[in-house]
Amino acid sequence: MTAPAPAAGAAGAAGVAASGGMLRPPGSEAARGSVAARRFSFWYGAKQALTEIDLDIAPRTITALIGPSGCGKSTFLRAVNRMHDLVPGTRHEGKILLDGRDVYDPSVDPTTLRRRVGMVFQRWNCFPKSIYDNVAYGPRINTSLPRAQLDQIVEASLRRAALWDEVKDRLRQSALSLSGGQQQRLCIARTLANDPEVLLLDEPASALDPIATQKIEELIFELKRELTIVIVTHNLQQAARASDYTAFFYLGRLIEVGSTERMFTAPREERTNSYITGRFG
Amino acid sequence: MTSTTIERPGRTGGPGTGPPASTSARRGRFRVRITGSAIGDRVYGAAVTAFAICVPLLLLLIAIEIASAGWPAFRRFGFSFLTSSAWDPVKGTFGAAPAIYGTLVSSLLALLLATPLALGVAVFLSEFAPRAIRQPVAFLVDLLAAIPSVVYGLWGIFVLVPVLRSPVMPFLRDTLHLGGIPLFSGPAYGPSMLAAGVILAIMILPYISSVSREVLLAVPRSQREAALALGATRWETISGAVIPFAKSGIIGGIILGLGRALGETMAVTMLIGNRPQISASLFAPGYTMASLIANEFSEASGDLHLSALMAVGFTLFVITLIVNGIARWLVWQVSRSAGGRAG
Ligand SMILES: Nc1ncnc2c1ncn2[C@@H]1O[C@H](COP(=O)(O)OP(=O)(O)OP(=O)(O)O)[C@@H](O)[C@H]1O
Ligand SMILES: [Mg+2]
Repeated sequence: MTAPAPAAGAAGAAGVAASGGMLRPPGSEAARGSVAARRFSFWYGAKQALTEIDLDIAPRTITALIGPSGCGKSTFLRAVNRMHDLVPGTRHEGKILLDGRDVYDPSVDPTTLRRRVGMVFQRWNCFPKSIYDNVAYGPRINTSLPRAQLDQIVEASLRRAALWDEVKDRLRQSALSLSGGQQQRLCIARTLANDPEVLLLDEPASALDPIATQKIEELIFELKRELTIVIVTHNLQQAARASDYTAFFYLGRLIEVGSTERMFTAPREERTNSYITGRFG
Repeated sequence: MTSTTIERPGRTGGPGTGPPASTSARRGRFRVRITGSAIGDRVYGAAVTAFAICVPLLLLLIAIEIASAGWPAFRRFGFSFLTSSAWDPVKGTFGAAPAIYGTLVSSLLALLLATPLALGVAVFLSEFAPRAIRQPVAFLVDLLAAIPSVVYGLWGIFVLVPVLRSPVMPFLRDTLHLGGIPLFSGPAYGPSMLAAGVILAIMILPYISSVSREVLLAVPRSQREAALALGATRWETISGAVIPFAKSGIIGGIILGLGRALGETMAVTMLIGNRPQISASLFAPGYTMASLIANEFSEASGDLHLSALMAVGFTLFVITLIVNGIARWLVWQVSRSAGGRAG
């Protein structure tokens, strides 16, 4: 369906060496929020979902994970902030490094990890509470800030999620009274309130109409300046438009990764080519 | 009616596939089918409506029947029937206040004791219990509801009451120095408001816990994930996201339990001491409306006595209705303030 889309302004990070392997935009060595997988494998019971994934994600970039359904994109994403911890029967091998430190190290507290690595899900999952309480949820459980400071965080997070103007007069209303696109941005705001370094997005726009999708994309593009973003998407145009790097997963393996521009114009692997030209998927 | 419209295309089988010429013919057949199903719908609808009307009608009939039977007592004693403590069939004076008080206090006590326990059981079973013991434990808890009331009464007399008399009551009064509070003062009778409250708590626990367990299990995974992904611990996820989401359902379960407690007769009659007095102490015997009726109905001495018992029955009926009304309203408030699933 999709022709190899020219990565319209996507691989915008000018000067990035489109070399596939090591992804290091200039000047971001010091920035926090780098994610790396080292021979990472993952099992649901006896079923292997990921096989020896090696992937480097540089700080303050957008990396799109693409691939056919069931290839392990969500599994990988959830492994980064250890959302699998509570799923019985799962296990892993290898490492996932956040700023060089294995997130599965016994000394890592998963709740601290999840504050640093925020996650937004496919289906918006606002709490049936007020808009304010939704955004304040993270800061409230993780800190004990005075009210005024909490107000500030809520406002700043809603602004970062480009939602402030739409909700500033109705912060006390239920989050469920918002539209789908607004709820999804509220979920992003709620995650941002924790001030994470990495933002994981699992098909954040797949249930939204085109206009809401565009808003989310613009928002993600804005956020890139402040944090590392990993986004799973089935929408190849979206991947091409919004991301710096694209990683193609297939049957639990990472087939190819590189700058989005190169991946969509000159994929090295035949399977990548087939997928992005819509010959399977 | 509307349902016919919705089902129309499906029933006639792929209206989109036929050639355009046959459209009108198909439409003709269409209509016949609709009429046929519409008649069926109408009959079915009428039948169901009739059944649905029957139930409130029955309720109304019962209410009227009891009210009219109790009317002589209400007329004779007026409002003091509800406020007076003098219940003396021999002198022919009837005041139901101790029974009303006893019903409300024993039920409230049961609720206070059972709710935290039932919630704990529900949370454990839905969140923490290993899969292997989940079903068996849930089954055993539910089994509490299957034990006949009279068996609870027997157990209460032979086990609960002796244990309450000593060590529980002296412990509360003397060891914990709660004796200064009227609730825990006075001599430790065996049969008492406390005994009734405890047995009621055990009896309503399965109702509250199984309703709560169901609603907790029905909380979408996405809600738990949302909280976890924001850095909540497992406990914070449960207390801050799962339970609030299930709140209105849990309140519904508590109300169900309260309804049971208000009307429970046999076990309470065996344990509460059956003394028509209002005592501030939970250690003292009391009476409930249900046990009053059960105790005296068979040997009612005269028309006024009988009428007074009917009046008590009617009062119990009304109180139950009011409590349920309040409960409904509470559930509605909670789900509305939580954002109303309906939007
Ligand atoms: N909880 C689970 N238990 C067992 N197997 C699972 C579980 N979740 C996912 N899987 C399996 O792991 C594989 C990868 O699933 P995953 O959800 O990561 O795919 P995905 O790439 O995100 O797919 P999609 O694009 O449809 O979301 C699939 O084969 C799936 O069936
Ligand atoms: Mg997925």
